[in-house]
Amino acid sequence: MSQSFDSTAIHQAILEQQKADARKKMVLNVVLVLLLVAAPFVLYPVFLMKILCFALFAVAFNLLFGFTGLLSFGHAAFLATGGYTTGYLLTNFSGLTTEMGILAGTAVATLLGLAFALLSIRRQGIYFAMVTLALAQLVFFFFVQSEFTGGEDGMHGIPRGHLLGVIDLNNNFNMYYFVLAVFLGCYLLVQRIVSSPYGQVLKSIKQNEPRAVSLGYNVNRYKVLAFVISAALAGLAGSMKSVVFQLASLNDAHWHMSGEVILMTLVGGMGTLLGPVVGATFVVNVEYHLSQGALRDWVDPILGGIFILVVLAFRSGIVGELQKFFKKNLG
Amino acid sequence: MSEQYVLETRNLVKEFKGFVAVDDVNLKIQKGHIHALIGPNGAGKTTVFNLLTKFLIPTRGQILFNGNDITSLKSAAIARKGVVRSFQISAVFPHMTALENIRVALQSFEGTSYSFWKSGASLNRLNERCMDLLEQVGLEEYANTTTVELAYGRKRALELATTLAMEPELLLLDEPTQGMGAEDVDRVVELVRKAAKGRTVLMVEHNLSVVSKLCDRITVLAQGAVLTEGDYDTVSADPRVREVYMGTDSSGERGSSSEASEVEAAE
Repeated sequence: MSQSFDSTAIHQAILEQQKADARKKMVLNVVLVLLLVAAPFVLYPVFLMKILCFALFAVAFNLLFGFTGLLSFGHAAFLATGGYTTGYLLTNFSGLTTEMGILAGTAVATLLGLAFALLSIRRQGIYFAMVTLALAQLVFFFFVQSEFTGGEDGMHGIPRGHLLGVIDLNNNFNMYYFVLAVFLGCYLLVQRIVSSPYGQVLKSIKQNEPRAVSLGYNVNRYKVLAFVISAALAGLAGSMKSVVFQLASLNDAHWHMSGEVILMTLVGGMGTLLGPVVGATFVVNVEYHLSQGALRDWVDPILGGIFILVVLAFRSGIVGELQKFFKKNLG
Repeated sequence: MSEQYVLETRNLVKEFKGFVAVDDVNLKIQKGHIHALIGPNGAGKTTVFNLLTKFLIPTRGQILFNGNDITSLKSAAIARKGVVRSFQISAVFPHMTALENIRVALQSFEGTSYSFWKSGASLNRLNERCMDLLEQVGLEEYANTTTVELAYGRKRALELATTLAMEPELLLLDEPTQGMGAEDVDRVVELVRKAAKGRTVLMVEHNLSVVSKLCDRITVLAQGAVLTEGDYDTVSADPRVREVYMGTDSSGERGSSSEASEVEAAE
């Protein structure tokens, strides 16, 4: 139609930009990896592992919330199920190596995620959130009543054991690098999912669901898959956490936890890859440092205030706002 | 016999809690036609569209596509069969580029849409066809523009290109010129004319001059029921049509509604 624009040239330009974006992503990934590999020489490894577990939890949640547009208010159920399952198995079956226990915890959380998804996916918006909350409350009461969880006391003394039966995870450095490897694997997986053909469909569903339907997509199936992957990764985060702290407690199953992961994701920046990682780091640090000082009784109100501030003034979260800033100032 | 009709509805009814929105509608859309569905506001045009694509479930009646009963199929399945709709409000994916908008449509035939482990670069081989489609609607220079930044008329053009990417046998257009200035309207008329080659189009349209230029056959709906059907001359000469558009006064006094003046303008 117009002579001045040659469509092959435009296409070339698009491919060039894709490559440039991929390079940028690569550089960012390498920096992230180097920082995390060096971190335990500076900071306490157990604290770092706590951050990584919550970061994985938030990354999992964000796949559903930020990239699919589904607000689940029941993700604590998967974190807790992963944790309790792994804890129970490793405590009671000494023949199991640690990674088997973690895989089993993840698998049970995945199945639970499938059940949640099938029961909730037909509802939208606030109704979807309410159904997931209700289901998660059922799971919570199941854990309160069950004997194997230790009820209010929680499950203590979960053995860290040996990775593959060889590497001693009681050593905090070994444990840290194992957690780091799992975290990075999951982070890269989510990065891949988001840019995959499947990720494109998720994007389109999030942006205009009726249109996606009219293009022949059976949107509920895509949502169920996203929910199940998200639940699996959340379960994995819970399993790892129970091994790191040798503890699984009702805190992880409580609806507070479902709220906290929303907070982490929003503060960091929903719909960005790094956002939930930054958000989890931020929230875990705020909680830790406040609980050490004079403000220890004010942790919840302060976090609540931060939440309100983010929702009112910094909708895109830390990472989202930074991205905007760089775009504006670097062309 | 029924093969000459791409789409047929038999006694289609939609009731909402006692209110009959679509009342016993029998449509026959002939292969290769551009068929218009017109009628005053609230006549049930968009409801019919929603029934045909199963965005609403019919209370009673049958829908046949190429002689096969598709009444029980779901929206997505109907789209894959080749009945693809556009929307009244421009339906695009706002935070994807123009090229990505079209690629998502092409992708639905690829069989990799659940492949969450595959690289996004695997979709690049669809780009050439995306560029072709963008060129057809004059948007190739905006291929890499985020859709939210496009002007309204261009969004509608992009929506049409996305719909065409589905290679629909039957194209359902819900008010393609709604909210457009005169220049854009002419462009859309040309686009629809081009798009209609080799396929069948059913369109809801308020702008009667567009209808008179494009459509082979017109069905007039009023209060959910078919009032009359025929070519433009037959329909526009029908006193009942003038009546529903202009109100009860058919003596020739100007009605106040915009539709009424459109009837006059088109004549």
